[in-house]
Amino acid sequence: MKLATTTSLQDTGLLDLIKEKFDQSHNVSLDVVSGGTGIAIQYGERGDVDVLLVHDKARESKFIEDGHGLERRCIAFNYFYLVGPENDPAGIQGMNASAALAVIMAKGMEDPDSVKFVSRGDDSGTHAREKLLWKNAGYNYSDILNSESNSTKSWYIDAGQGMGATLNMASELQAYTLTDMSTFMAYQGNLNLTSLIEGGDELLNVYVGMVVNPQKHPGVNCLLASEFIDYLVSDQGQKLIASFGTDKFGKPLFFPAKGNCDVISCSEEECAVPTAASCAAAA
Amino acid sequence: MEEIWNGLFKAIELIATWDPQVVEITSRSLFISLSSAFLASIFCIPMGGVIQFRQFWGKKALINLIQTLYSLPTVTVGLLVFLLISRSGPLGSLGLLFTPYGMILGQAILVCPIMIGLTITALSEVSPLIKDTARSLGANQMQIIVTVIREARVAVMASVLLGFGRALSEVGVAMMIGGNIRGYTRVLTTSIALETSMGNLELSIALGIILISISLVINLILTRIRG
Repeated sequence: MKLATTTSLQDTGLLDLIKEKFDQSHNVSLDVVSGGTGIAIQYGERGDVDVLLVHDKARESKFIEDGHGLERRCIAFNYFYLVGPENDPAGIQGMNASAALAVIMAKGMEDPDSVKFVSRGDDSGTHAREKLLWKNAGYNYSDILNSESNSTKSWYIDAGQGMGATLNMASELQAYTLTDMSTFMAYQGNLNLTSLIEGGDELLNVYVGMVVNPQKHPGVNCLLASEFIDYLVSDQGQKLIASFGTDKFGKPLFFPAKGNCDVISCSEEECAVPTAASCAAAA
Repeated sequence: MEEIWNGLFKAIELIATWDPQVVEITSRSLFISLSSAFLASIFCIPMGGVIQFRQFWGKKALINLIQTLYSLPTVTVGLLVFLLISRSGPLGSLGLLFTPYGMILGQAILVCPIMIGLTITALSEVSPLIKDTARSLGANQMQIIVTVIREARVAVMASVLLGFGRALSEVGVAMMIGGNIRGYTRVLTTSIALETSMGNLELSIALGIILISISLVINLILTRIRG
């Protein structure tokens, strides 16, 4: 069975652990393809994978509406962080995220040598959230892209790479960037960056599992994919997610969806409950 | 299949209408790879001459090593250059990481073995008579090397073109050192990798067609000058 996942779950090592337990208990071998949410959803739309783990509500809903996926299931959450150089040259600490971006833009255009922002620019879930924050701040994303000049003197750097590579670039260039909490914690030891803004509804990051619809894509392993989602939302799976990383980082990297449905605005039907739609009915 | 045809059709449209994005990425790619081939040739052609005309201990082994490095993996060069020019590396203060200049440096290193090796081969094919004649006319060693290189200019030119082709088509150094920054270090190969993963297949195919066309042109020139 093939699983397409957002990079944060893979790069932190959580998925390795889940895979190990799931492979053992179900006597299968899960093939994990890791990419941004945009890439993962695209694999799903082409029927190249059986199940998805992603984090971008707008595209998840569209995926289900278009009939590519059976159901959306919230499995875990954490927060996005706005991180940057320790000396915080734009002075954004303590602001809310979208206001902070507006300040970074204003100061970056004034003095691109000291204030920069690195964007994922790869259609990932984190990139989608960045675009949403620009919208909340009152900007059109295309205006942001057009504001960059084709030189080193640009404040906005469109990296077009994964989270780890983007964090490394931000650290090298002493720039700001938006990151998911778990990747940042896993990479923090190698970075010269500090978290400046965390928490708040604007930065909520919900991870979701979806089974690819066998009616639309004959040949996908719907049964096993449903079992995988059911394992993730089971008490055992939720406990695994909740405790992951505490031994290494002193605090968990992800929070379980179960019991937090209101906080993460997932409806009761989609919040950490087993899959309901039958594969047979769908097929 | 339909997807491929549609993609191909739109790709040709993008090229035919001189889509600004396509033109920009292509010219950047050409600029960076031409620069790296030029930079490498300044060092590698004389180096090839010196290795060919000097007798020294370990010469055969050195030539063997150079030939082995023809297939130097691009990602290892990327790693090496990254370690050198990263903020915490020995050349960190130059600020070359994530700039076109860092990419030029990395690609120059990458294509150096091919250029040195093929220059040696090219020079070894020049008749020894020419060397002897030059010496009998009173030329010193450097003048002899220059004379022979001039005699072998077509084959030496071919080594530079091959180096340019390798630089243009590699993705490891471009991604690791350039960082694929839009409008600054994004080149043909890194764009194709990114656009494909983002589902922009038309743009990927268009850039792919351009990349192959450039290789074709290089090959035509090579055939022509080898004539």
